[in-house]
Formats: sequence, structure tokens, C-alpha cells
Amino acid sequence: MLTVIERQRVQQLIQQGAQLVDVLGAKDYEAEHIPGAINIPLKALNRETTSRLDSRRPVITYCHDYQ
Amino acid sequence: MDWFTAGLPREGSDANVPRVADVAQRGVPTCRLEERIGDVRDRVRRKPVVVVDADRVVLGLVGPDGLTGDPAAGVEEVMDLAPVTFRPNLRIGEMPEYSKKHRVQHALVTTNDGILVGLIEP
Repeated sequence: MLTVIERQRVQQLIQQGAQLVDVLGAKDYEAEHIPGAINIPLKALNRETTSRLDSRRPVITYCHDYQ
Repeated sequence: MDWFTAGLPREGSDANVPRVADVAQRGVPTCRLEERIGDVRDRVRRKPVVVVDADRVVLGLVGPDGLTGDPAAGVEEVMDLAPVTFRPNLRIGEMPEYSKKHRVQHALVTTNDGILVGLIEP
């Protein structure tokens, strides 16, 4: 289920073990990302690339600020 | 999500690039909308004053010249309603050219929510 959340909730969920996925391109990710985030560019987001995520834990995806 | 503009931690090759928030003056004098110019002037002398609400959301800016008028006038009458603002995570080298071109004397650093972070004097 998709839910839009704000940064305060993101911080709470990270504390509780949520996984962070930065869906920007690799170059943007390398320049700057939220600590602990992994990079799966949006165009590469599929069953195979997301297989390393733990389906039992929440997954937070983010793009640029505001998105 | 407004993580970076809120000044929260970041990782990556650009993580240590100086940002506007790193050079912004903190502890900038503030006043409330309902105050009178004379009272504010007595408190801050010749410094810019940021007009904020109870949550420190920026409502306006009063430059030193704005405090030279009628002491009985309200802050609301002299404040700049649209001060130049930057977000905390803006790289210093990316400060918009127009602020230099138009000789902006004071700019504010605010979060996405409009909360005051500090003051920049470009």
C-alpha cells in the first residue's frame, strides 16, 4: 500500500527499521542522499532490482525534495 | 519529501559542500507583527529585524532604515512583505545571480515551512 509521508514520519520509520530507497539516477545519488539509503533508479525499479529489499519491513522511496 | 531543505543529515560526495545554512547568521533579532517601531528600535539598534509569528514562521523583514520612522507606527506598516529567501541546503556557489545583480542586502534562510533559520548578507 502506498502512503505519502513527511520527513518526521520518515525519521520515525527509519528508527523502526524501514528501508530507504533513493530512486534518482546514480550520479545524483552519489552526490547526495539520505544516510542509509540505497539507490535503485526509477527506470531500473523492477522485481529483480528490488529483490534485495526485505518485504517484511516498510520501504520508503524518495526522489528530489518535495517528491 | 523535504529532508535536505530541512537541514537533516546527508551522505555522498557533495555532503560536505558548504550550504547557505552553514554561513547564515543565527540568533537574528526578531519581532512580532503587532509591535511598534519604537519598541523594536530600542531593542535591536541598527540591525535588520525579522518579523515572525509564534512558530518562528517568517512574515516579513524590516531593514535598519525601516526603523527610523514614526516610533508609534506598527512593524506591519514598514516591513518588507516579500524578503528574498533561500533554503538551507542551497550550495553557496549557487546563490542566484539576481541577488547579486539587484544588490540584495539581506536574505533570509528558511525551511520549506517558512521557519526562520538565519540571515544572509550577500
